[in-house]
Amino acid sequence: MNNMEENRTLNYTPKDFKSDQEVRWCPGCGDHAVLSAVQKALSELGIPKEKFAFISGIGCSSRFPYYMDTYGFHSIHGRAAAIASGVKTANPELSVWNITGDGDALAIGGNHFIHAVRRNIDIKIILFNNEIYGLTKGQYSPTSEKGLVTKTSPFGTVEEPFSVGEMVIGAKGKFFARTYDSNVALSTQIFSEAAKHKGTSVVEVLQNCVIFNDGIHDVVTGREVRDDRTIVLKDGQPMLFGKNNDKGLVLEGLKLKVVRLGENGVTEKDILVHDSHEPNPGIQYMLANMRYPDYPVALGIIRSVEGHTYEADVEEQIEKIQKKAKIRCMDDLLKSGSTWKVE
Amino acid sequence: MAKNSKVIKREEVVIRFSGDSGDGMQLTGTLFSDTAALFGNDLSTFPDYPAEIRAPQGTVGGVSGFQIHLGHSEINTPGDYADVLVAMNPAAIKANAIWVKPGGTIIFDKDNFTEKNIERAGYISDPIAEEKLENYNIIPAPISSMVREALKDFGLDPKSVLRTKNMFALGMVYWLFDRKLKYTEQYFDKKFANKPEIAEANKVALRKGYYYAETIEALNPVIIIEPAQIDPGIYRNICGNTATAWGFLAAAEKAGLKTFIGSYPITPATGILEEMALRKDLGVKSFQAEDEIAGICTALGASFAGYLAVTSTSGPGLALKSEAIGLAVMAELPVVIVDVQRGGPSTGLPTKTEQADLLQALYGRNGESPVVVIAASTPSNCFHYAFTAAKIAIEHMTPVILLTDGYLANGTEPWKIPEMKDLPEIKPPYAEKNDIPFLPYKRDCERLVRAWAVPGTPGLEHRIGGLEKTMKGTVSYIPENHEQMVRIRADKVARIADEIPDLAVWGESSGDLLLTGWGGSQGYLMTAANELREEGYKVSLVCFNFINPLPKNVREVFSKFTKIAVAELNLGQFADYLRIKYPEFDYHKINKVQGMPFTIKEIKENCIKILEDE
Repeated sequence: MNNMEENRTLNYTPKDFKSDQEVRWCPGCGDHAVLSAVQKALSELGIPKEKFAFISGIGCSSRFPYYMDTYGFHSIHGRAAAIASGVKTANPELSVWNITGDGDALAIGGNHFIHAVRRNIDIKIILFNNEIYGLTKGQYSPTSEKGLVTKTSPFGTVEEPFSVGEMVIGAKGKFFARTYDSNVALSTQIFSEAAKHKGTSVVEVLQNCVIFNDGIHDVVTGREVRDDRTIVLKDGQPMLFGKNNDKGLVLEGLKLKVVRLGENGVTEKDILVHDSHEPNPGIQYMLANMRYPDYPVALGIIRSVEGHTYEADVEEQIEKIQKKAKIRCMDDLLKSGSTWKVE
Repeated sequence: MAKNSKVIKREEVVIRFSGDSGDGMQLTGTLFSDTAALFGNDLSTFPDYPAEIRAPQGTVGGVSGFQIHLGHSEINTPGDYADVLVAMNPAAIKANAIWVKPGGTIIFDKDNFTEKNIERAGYISDPIAEEKLENYNIIPAPISSMVREALKDFGLDPKSVLRTKNMFALGMVYWLFDRKLKYTEQYFDKKFANKPEIAEANKVALRKGYYYAETIEALNPVIIIEPAQIDPGIYRNICGNTATAWGFLAAAEKAGLKTFIGSYPITPATGILEEMALRKDLGVKSFQAEDEIAGICTALGASFAGYLAVTSTSGPGLALKSEAIGLAVMAELPVVIVDVQRGGPSTGLPTKTEQADLLQALYGRNGESPVVVIAASTPSNCFHYAFTAAKIAIEHMTPVILLTDGYLANGTEPWKIPEMKDLPEIKPPYAEKNDIPFLPYKRDCERLVRAWAVPGTPGLEHRIGGLEKTMKGTVSYIPENHEQMVRIRADKVARIADEIPDLAVWGESSGDLLLTGWGGSQGYLMTAANELREEGYKVSLVCFNFINPLPKNVREVFSKFTKIAVAELNLGQFADYLRIKYPEFDYHKINKVQGMPFTIKEIKENCIKILEDE
C-alpha cells in the first residue's frame, strides 16, 4: 500500500476500527474476542482505514462488518467469498476480508469458498468454526462431529464432517492457519500474517457458541488441557508441545507420531521442524488434520506459500494487451473490423 | 466473369442455407450476408441450430440452418418463407420443406441423397416426391463429386475436400443473385493466410459452384436486388450479443467507469461474456464465475467497489441469481442483469427463442423487490438498450434487468455506427468527499437516489447489506421503518418513468386495432402491421422497450383504439401485466410458444380475426 501521497500518519489504535454500533452477540460468545483481535491486528498493519472492506454472508459471525468502522457489506448466505472476489478483482488496492462461518463457507457457500481458494485471489477469509448453526438456533453443520445430537439430528448425525484445512489444501490453497477465540494474542498475530500474505488466506477460528454448542472445543482448548492437546506451530522451530514442552511430533513411515523427549532415546533433533513455506503440502496436510485424542490440534500458521494471485494476473494481462492494442476507446472499437460507408 | 443477360429486379428475397451441423452453414450464411451488406442491401439474418454440437449425422435433429432476408427496402425480420433453400442432405429437406415458398428454388447436394441418408431423414425413397415439391424449381447438384473432382490435384485429405461443399453451394447462390465473389475470396485469404492451400481450395470450390450455376442456368432469370435506401453513414453488421456487450462498454466510457462482467457460460447468452472477455484492450475485467450465483455476486462486489458491473445469463441463470438481485435492491447498488431468453421452463429449448421470462424478471424475487426491466427489440438496438440499462442502473443506484432473446442475440443486421460524442452523458451519483458522517441511505429528494461512496475514499466508511436499515445504515426491525423503506424503494423505481421516452405509435394514433408487443417480436409485428395497413385495415403498432416502469403515456395511447391485441412468444405474460396496470382496457392475446419467432402470416391472420370478431 502506498501511503506516501496521503501524507498521513497512521497511528491507529484498535478503537479506531470500532464502529458506533452496539455489538449484539450473546454475552460470552467467542466472536467478541475475535473482533478485538481483528481490530488490534488492523491497527498495526499501517494500512489506511478506508482501504479495508469487510464482506460477510449470513450467520452470527457475519454481523461482524457492522462492528467495524471500515467499508463493509453484509450480504447473503454463502456468497461473501464471491462478493469479496468481485471487490478485490475490481480494486486490488483494497484489503478485503471475508468473515464467514462453518455453515456459510462450507455448506451453502462451499462452491464459492473452494473456487476463491483455487484462484488464490487475495482475500482474507476468517472462518468462525463453532460446529453448529447458531443463528437458526442449533442445527448441525458440515463441521459437526459425526453423531452430534442437535435439533435436526435428534438421534445423532450420520454424516462425516469437513476438515477446513483439508479442504483448503485440496482446493490448492496456499495459506491456512488455525487459532481459537480466547487466544487473542495468537489470533492477532495470525490475522496480521494473513493480511500480509499475498493470496487467499484462510484462518480457521475454533469458536465457542455459548448457547447452542457450549464448550465444544473445550476438550482441546480448555484452560487445563490446552497445553497438552494443542501445538502452536512456529516456522523453523521443532514441533514441541505439552505443559513441559517435552512432547513432540516425528514422522514414522508415512504418518505423524507423538513422542516424548527422553523416551526411547528421542532427542530434540529427532523432532520435525515446521516449515509453512514448503510448497509440497504433504506434512502440512497431516498437521492440519491432526485430531484429539490421537494428536494435538495444530494452531498457528500451518501453510503459507507464495504464488500468483488472481487479481494481479488479471491486471497484468490487461496491461500487457493494452500496450499493443489498436483499440483504445469505444470509437475505435465501433469502427473496427468490417464496415462500409453509405453515401 | 460473364454478366448474366437475363435478369429480373426484386424488392426482397429470403435465402435459407441448411445442412448437418458440421456442414458449415453458419459460415456460409454469414459470408452471404456480409456480401449483401457490402453491396448495400438492408438485411436481417437468423441462425437456427441444434443444441447438440454434433447431433447424429444426417438426422433431422442435427440440421443447422441460417436464414437471410435481404432487400431493396427496409427489412425488419429474417423472413418467414424462403425463396431459395440450399439443402446439403435429405434431413435438411425434411426440416425445411414447409418453410419454402410455393414454387421456390431448392438446391440440394444429390450426392448426399443416398439410400442411408434418405432413410435417416425419415423418407422412403424420394424426398422431393414425398414432400410434393415437384413443381418447385428443383436443382439436384452433384456437389460432393464436383468438389472432389475440382480439388483432386490439391493433395488434400478427403475430409478437407468435402469441407468445401458449402462454398460450392454458396458460389451457386451468388450466381443466382448476381453477387461478386471478391469479399468471400478475401475472407479466405485472410482466414487461411497460413494455409494457402486451404484458402485456394475454398476459393476454387466457390468459383466452381458459381460457374456450375451459370452453366446449368440454375435460375432463369437471375434475380437482382438493388441496394436499399439507407441513411448515409458508416455501417457494420452486428448481432444482439455483441451489440449488448458494446452498449455496456460505451456506457462505462461515458460514465468514466471501468467495466466488470461476472458470468457463467449459458446458451444463448455466452456471446456477451466472450465479447467482454476479448475487450481487455478497453480494460474490461471479465470473471468467469464458478456458477450463476457467483456471476452476479462478483458483479455486486465490483459494483460496491465502484465499477459498472454486469452479469449475463439466460432464464435458468436468472432464477439462480434471484436472491442476489434482491440483495442489489436492498443494498441499492447498480448492476445490470442481462437475460437472453430461451425456451423454458427448466432447460427447455436452449438454442431456441422465447419471451417467457418476463414475469420472472418482474416478480421473481422474495419480498417487495422492484427492479427496472428493459427489453431490446432488434439485434442492433441491443446496444442502445444495454447503454440505457447501464445509465439507469448507475444514475439511480438500482439493479436493472435487460431482456433480450435467442433471436436477437444471434440475429444480425446492418447497424449505423454511432459516434460516442452523440451518446448521452452518464453521471454516477458519487458521495461528496466531505459528506461526513456518510449516511448510506440518505437520498436526493427528487429521484430518491442514495449516494455512491466507493471503498478507498477516506472518511466515507460505511456498511450496507441485506438486512433492513435506517437511513443511517443501522440495522432496524422497527415496523414503520421497514414499511417506509419498502415504499421508498418502490417509489424510487417508479420515478424512473420521468426519464424514459413516451411510447411511440407506428401508424395512425387512432384506429380499429392497436397491435401491441414488446422486445424481440418488434420486426415481425412491424412488418405485419405495415402489410395490414397496406391492405386497408386501420391497424397501428406499439412495441414496448420499457417494461418497468412503463412509459407515462400508455393509457392515452391505448384509449384511442377500439381493440388492443398483445402478441408475444409466451402464453400472455405481458398482456396480463398490462391488465394489472391498465384494467380498463380489454386485451386480445396472440401467443406462440414453439421456440421460434412469429411469422408475419400468423400475426396478420390473428389480427384480422380479432378485427372481424364482434
